[in-house]
Amino acid sequence: MSSTPIRVRMAEFAIGKSPDILVTIGLGSCVGVAIYDRYNNIGGLIHIMLPENKKGLKPAKYADTGIPLLIKKMEEEGAKRRNMVAKIAGGSHMFSNGDDNGLNVGSRNIKAVREILAEQNIDIVGEDVGKTYGRTMEFHTEDGKVIIKSYKMGKKIL
Amino acid sequence: MTDNLINNLTDDHKDALKEIGNIGAGNAATAFAQFLNCKIEMTVPSVEILPLSEVPEITGGVEDRVVGILLKVMGEAPGSILFVLSEESTAHLLNIITQQDIDVSRFSEVEISAIKEIGNILSGSYLSALNKMTGFNLVQSVPGFSHDMAGAILSSSMIPLGESSDYALLIETKFLDGGNEIEGYFILIPDPGSLDKILKALGFDVK
Repeated sequence: MSSTPIRVRMAEFAIGKSPDILVTIGLGSCVGVAIYDRYNNIGGLIHIMLPENKKGLKPAKYADTGIPLLIKKMEEEGAKRRNMVAKIAGGSHMFSNGDDNGLNVGSRNIKAVREILAEQNIDIVGEDVGKTYGRTMEFHTEDGKVIIKSYKMGKKIL
Repeated sequence: MTDNLINNLTDDHKDALKEIGNIGAGNAATAFAQFLNCKIEMTVPSVEILPLSEVPEITGGVEDRVVGILLKVMGEAPGSILFVLSEESTAHLLNIITQQDIDVSRFSEVEISAIKEIGNILSGSYLSALNKMTGFNLVQSVPGFSHDMAGAILSSSMIPLGESSDYALLIETKFLDGGNEIEGYFILIPDPGSLDKILKALGFDVK
């Protein structure tokens, strides 16, 4: 296998170049967004927690400020916008009383991520979202493959 | 603004919050012990102030499969209560209650109800102690259950907090039984706006 995986924690992001592997563990209602420049083999992964940054807090925590920030940082590393595609995972309802803490945030996150990616003209080419279980996302910048691991479904490749 | 308060708490503030943990968890441990008819100990509560990104790691392995019970706290100082148990502890607890062998790979509906009820009893006694100290009338929601990755459970429990703060303030207590077969975390997560209300109710002069 290639290099040691780069950990992306909640409300953070990281950028890697082939053969780096970017990993984010324990996505619940949060959404992981992997953006890939398939010609330059540059990848960015962000672990967003909420849809909208209304109070000017940490940009990477929110879909609306985090995704554009990730794209900008990828461009600074040499990625080209027109080559970018995205794969997304997470946005689940973790708790059995239906909506996590009464905020239904998993679905709101998925919706916001779709809207922001559409605004940025980036196609979603793979996704594993919603439902009721936690996920880990492993993004291989060598070929853009994203492996989703969960206790419920085992391994799934996007 | 809220982050300012979280990051500028004095030692006196923290001691007062720890005292909430102490009395609340003490009350909960007593209820727990009565329910199970065995001895339950608790550690000295800690008041953790940390960046949100570090919260998924507080109970140990982020990817470990654990059981989480989440209750919403409603009233003058809203927040959440999260009870986290390892699979082994959950099995041991259920074994005490049901006298049956437990398959941790798949909890039955009855087992899940029993675990939720434990969450209810613990939170109820914790909150009643908190209410006595503050004069509040906090009540808890129906418990939610999850059996999944610790990181996913913890991060999803921080949503209300994350809406208005990049930092978390958690009042955390660890429960243990005499034989170390049950080990659980009881975490009180005040919403950011509730922190000053709690401190004021405890007699502090907070801006």
